[in-house]
Amino acid sequence: MKLSKIGLSIAFTLGFSMAAQAADVEVLHYWTSGGEAKSVVELKKLLESKGHTWKDFAVAGGGGESAMTVLKSRVVSGNPPAAAQIKGPSIQEWGEEGVLANIDSVAKAEGWDELLPSVVSDVMKHEGKYVAVPVNVHRVNWMWANPAVFKKAGATIPTTWDEFFVAADKIKAAGITAVAHGGQPWQDATTFESVVLGTAGADFYKKAFVELDPKAINSPQMIEALEIFRKIKQYTDEGAPGRDWNLATTMVIKGEAGMQFMGDWAKGEFTSAGKKPGVDYICAPAPGTAKDFTFNIDSFVMFDLDNKELQKGQDDLASTILSPKFQEVFNLNKGSIPVRLNLSMEKFDDCAKLSSTDFVESAKRDTLVPSMAHGMSTFSATQGAIYDTVTEFYNNDKVTAKQAAAKMVKAIAAAADY
Amino acid sequence: MSVSNKPKFSFGELLPKIVVAPTFVATLIFIYGFVLWNAWLSFSSSRMLPKYDWAGLKQYERLFANDRWWVAAENLLIFGVLFIVICLVIGLFLAIFLDQKIRAEGAIRTIYLYPMALSFIVTGTAWKWILNPEQGLQKMFREMGWESFTFDWLVNSDMAIYTVVIAGVWQSSGFVMALCLAGLRGVDENIVKAARVDGASMPLIYRKIIIPGLGPVFFSAIIVLTHIAIKSFDLIVALTGGGPGYATDVPATFMYTYAFTRGQIGVGSAAAMMMLMAVLAIIVPYLYSELREKKQ
Repeated sequence: MKLSKIGLSIAFTLGFSMAAQAADVEVLHYWTSGGEAKSVVELKKLLESKGHTWKDFAVAGGGGESAMTVLKSRVVSGNPPAAAQIKGPSIQEWGEEGVLANIDSVAKAEGWDELLPSVVSDVMKHEGKYVAVPVNVHRVNWMWANPAVFKKAGATIPTTWDEFFVAADKIKAAGITAVAHGGQPWQDATTFESVVLGTAGADFYKKAFVELDPKAINSPQMIEALEIFRKIKQYTDEGAPGRDWNLATTMVIKGEAGMQFMGDWAKGEFTSAGKKPGVDYICAPAPGTAKDFTFNIDSFVMFDLDNKELQKGQDDLASTILSPKFQEVFNLNKGSIPVRLNLSMEKFDDCAKLSSTDFVESAKRDTLVPSMAHGMSTFSATQGAIYDTVTEFYNNDKVTAKQAAAKMVKAIAAAADY
Repeated sequence: MSVSNKPKFSFGELLPKIVVAPTFVATLIFIYGFVLWNAWLSFSSSRMLPKYDWAGLKQYERLFANDRWWVAAENLLIFGVLFIVICLVIGLFLAIFLDQKIRAEGAIRTIYLYPMALSFIVTGTAWKWILNPEQGLQKMFREMGWESFTFDWLVNSDMAIYTVVIAGVWQSSGFVMALCLAGLRGVDENIVKAARVDGASMPLIYRKIIIPGLGPVFFSAIIVLTHIAIKSFDLIVALTGGGPGYATDVPATFMYTYAFTRGQIGVGSAAAMMMLMAVLAIIVPYLYSELREKKQ
């Protein structure tokens, strides 16, 4: 207790010195690569046109891990930035700490409840009040394929997992790596959740990865999904373990591999290599998941600050992020789709158009599900527990699917128990 | 400052204390203070942010019930033992060979010592490329015509930890060599000569006289290597990233993952405490014996 008081008093003095230098809206984010960095500049311009000063607080690396470490130390010392890039259930964790600002007034004024699908707006609220603003929607259950490789092998783009193994066998027989995979825990999990969704369906997926129902996790469906998942390993190359996702995408681009399971950020790699969707590469939903949609939504949370000008800055930032102009520019750069419904998709490519249609349709069909692999369905501790069992099972042939399913139940229980 | 008339301590006596004081205070706060802080956290129910309550041994129970922790601990044992033993053996032999009054000794010594100048990140990345079956050794041998050559330890869950040993040994055996060489140079020539006069062969002299005389050198080397092993983090991150899966996880990477990326600060700090205990188990006897020797 004493320590936090000392922290507070230090922060108090710091806060004074901060307030003295006018209202800089400080935004913590981890968008530092190519297209993402471009989008951030756009956001900065739009915010500055509203009379605020943008104070960039970019922390690169580790898919936001480093950014979160920095953020924690800032919040603990009582000196949080105005906004930070935080997504999924983590928003609730921060909300529980009581450090988030309420931006309901902007949300009400602009009618966010109508602009956003309820699956999305629920994530942005803590105890019924908006504390965060969503930026974009990534679809995770994509399969990226190289049509030239498929043609050479005489294979067709698979729509079920049975067809997948037929196609993969043909590509393998043609002497080409069928699946470009990067053996890192999050990529293993990304592929795995598509397998679960494709074999057992959206309802089962929700029971297992959202509700964390032990009966679903240790069930014949899960065991079957695990077995199919490990079977994919036979179609990957020896260099897969530890490979970064973008290198795996490059293999598909170059025709060294037939397909890759990865979210739509992979499109950026194809685009920057000058490839055209539908011609040089094909984006198809992962086998068996054409009617489903696993989402990964980036968002910004606002921190509770005393400074009135900064509060105005936060409101303006939130409204800018959801503005049609920013939504379009940002998502064109990033490869994702706008989170705002009913936005014209004219400037977007076919993959994004398909993604956008499926987003709306799956929301109606109730098959719009949060991505487990990307921290949208559970707290990070539980996500980590699932990662551990999935990646251990994939890499260690001595673990049977039955054991893995039982282990997953145990690991999830241990991570949740407090 | 000769102003003071007969103070209890003259300024000259105080000066060293004043100079050392800031370092002392900094060490006290930033090492011992934070060790205690960490200990406190390990007994709290901290998750994403630190919390200062009392949860007893709950975090330790969770840690010990965690399969991944035991994989990490076992890996540390395998890595630590092999790393230290192989480093000592290779280092000793390099030193003995260098000690044979050979030509260009200085140049060769530098070559063997050079890996020490690299950071573990560089070592790890270089060995990652060398050991990658699709890029490195395996590909090279296969292209040279040895089609069946297989060396896939890096991507094999059971063997990956041994690649960490290879890279670690490559980096650190030069250091042991330097220590041993200094030790060898300190051996009294006259004893060796006397032994020769008595008709002892060189291998026998090394075995019975010189190597036993290197005891203190081995001792220092083991202490240094042990805590390199326990703290090893960067080598693993660069070489295997803890993979395949989490097959090459060690306590340091485990601690980082739980404390900083999974929002389980309590479990992370409990893991950190276990690492501290392991280091203490080695350092305390060392300090004890050092201090006792001095008294004598």
